[in-house]
Amino acid sequence: MQRTIGVTGDEAVAYAAKQSSVDVIAAYPITPQTIIVEQFAQYVANGEVHTEFMCVESEHSALSACIGASLTGARVFTATASQGLALMHEMLYIASSMRCPIVMAVANRALSAPINIYADHSDMMGSRDSGWIQIYAEDAQEAYDWTLQTFDIAEKHDIMLPVSVNLDGFTISHSMEGISVLEDEDAKKFLPPRPLHYVIDPDKPITIGAGNNPEYYFEFKRQQEDALRRAFKAVLETTQRFRRISGRKYGILDTYGLEDADVAMIGLGSCMGTAMEAARALRRKGEKVGAIKLWLYRPFPEREILKTLEGLKSLAVIDRSCSFGAPNGALCSDILSTIHDANLKLKISNVVCGLGGRDITVPMMESIYKRALKQSNVKHVKKEVSFLGVRE
Amino acid sequence: MSRKSGWRELPIGGNLYEPGSSLKYKTGSWRIFRPVLDEAKCTRCLLCWIYCPEPSIDRLKDRVEINYDFCKGCGICAAECPVKAIQMVEER
Repeated sequence: MQRTIGVTGDEAVAYAAKQSSVDVIAAYPITPQTIIVEQFAQYVANGEVHTEFMCVESEHSALSACIGASLTGARVFTATASQGLALMHEMLYIASSMRCPIVMAVANRALSAPINIYADHSDMMGSRDSGWIQIYAEDAQEAYDWTLQTFDIAEKHDIMLPVSVNLDGFTISHSMEGISVLEDEDAKKFLPPRPLHYVIDPDKPITIGAGNNPEYYFEFKRQQEDALRRAFKAVLETTQRFRRISGRKYGILDTYGLEDADVAMIGLGSCMGTAMEAARALRRKGEKVGAIKLWLYRPFPEREILKTLEGLKSLAVIDRSCSFGAPNGALCSDILSTIHDANLKLKISNVVCGLGGRDITVPMMESIYKRALKQSNVKHVKKEVSFLGVRE
Repeated sequence: MSRKSGWRELPIGGNLYEPGSSLKYKTGSWRIFRPVLDEAKCTRCLLCWIYCPEPSIDRLKDRVEINYDFCKGCGICAAECPVKAIQMVEER
């Protein structure tokens, strides 16, 4: 049984956190915070949850408190965005290397300056290499579903890593949608209490977070990399189990129109809904175009992406952040290294767009498809990053 | 520690389930200069024992002894000794 409720992306995430029976939330509730923790504070005030809600003095402290709570065995959730995530940066690495299965919603927003609170992926891309499992949602439904699912992935004993559930600021976080939600009992059945791998017991003290010199540090990084790669299997297991209870199908990535497509677009987050809408319109006119939406960005699913690229002539990669001075945008660099050894005759173009909340429209996506279609018939394409939607 | 564990064998996240691991981790090899105590000059004032940050001055019944397993050779004991009973000698 499921119900449909009208909520914003923020409220959808808070509702999922509520149904996940979170033990501890620590958050710093000021700009650029979202309504996620505000909504959750209301659940606490109403006595609807038994969560310890800690209002701390900064985002750095918020994640620090989450790490401490997570190490005691608590199920921990928090949320942040843009500058807040940047202030957490130091602790992001500590959360992943101390193997804390924290789930954190990130309402992706631009980084200053100029001060801007609107959607783009600069915040999370800046923390790309922090060892977190990174999921991108396309809409409020996905943000709700992934929040529930990621606790299960994070807490698996061979993973024990934090997860960020990314939802585009405002486009998803503040827009109202009708979403299907599980009944509380079903959510509880899907997500039992966090399994414990060690117990904090004053009679049997253990040391957590000891120093490691050159003799040991490297081994723990290798261990982390191994654990992160186990997420591929875990995502498939968890999404299959979630499908049985919700009827909604998730996985590592989602595709549209790839059965016969010559040209496709690949990207993260809400703009992929726009891409699929543009693809639908073009397909009605007989153009063979498709789209690949990555749910899982870290670990980067090379094998699954390669499978989707078979038969394509041209691929446009959408980056919603700027990798200053890099040869390509962040996602495009990953794609290029993925296809490097694959011997594919595929023309890649990189489009950077939608920075600081600049709207990504259906006509914009159509123009990207049209350019990629043209490129698919040209012998040599000069590789360059194009900035779409910026005034010259 | 004789053979160091590989990454698959180590507990996740670097947790230590037994106390006292620092005792197994000898830091004496960091030393460039070794403090050498002249027993004849030593007045047993214990200033070296008080000032040693490690602490690597072991206090025995009637004298002190330098613990070379952990002494990093900082030289504070030699600097503080009021009778110059400790000399810093270069390690070879």
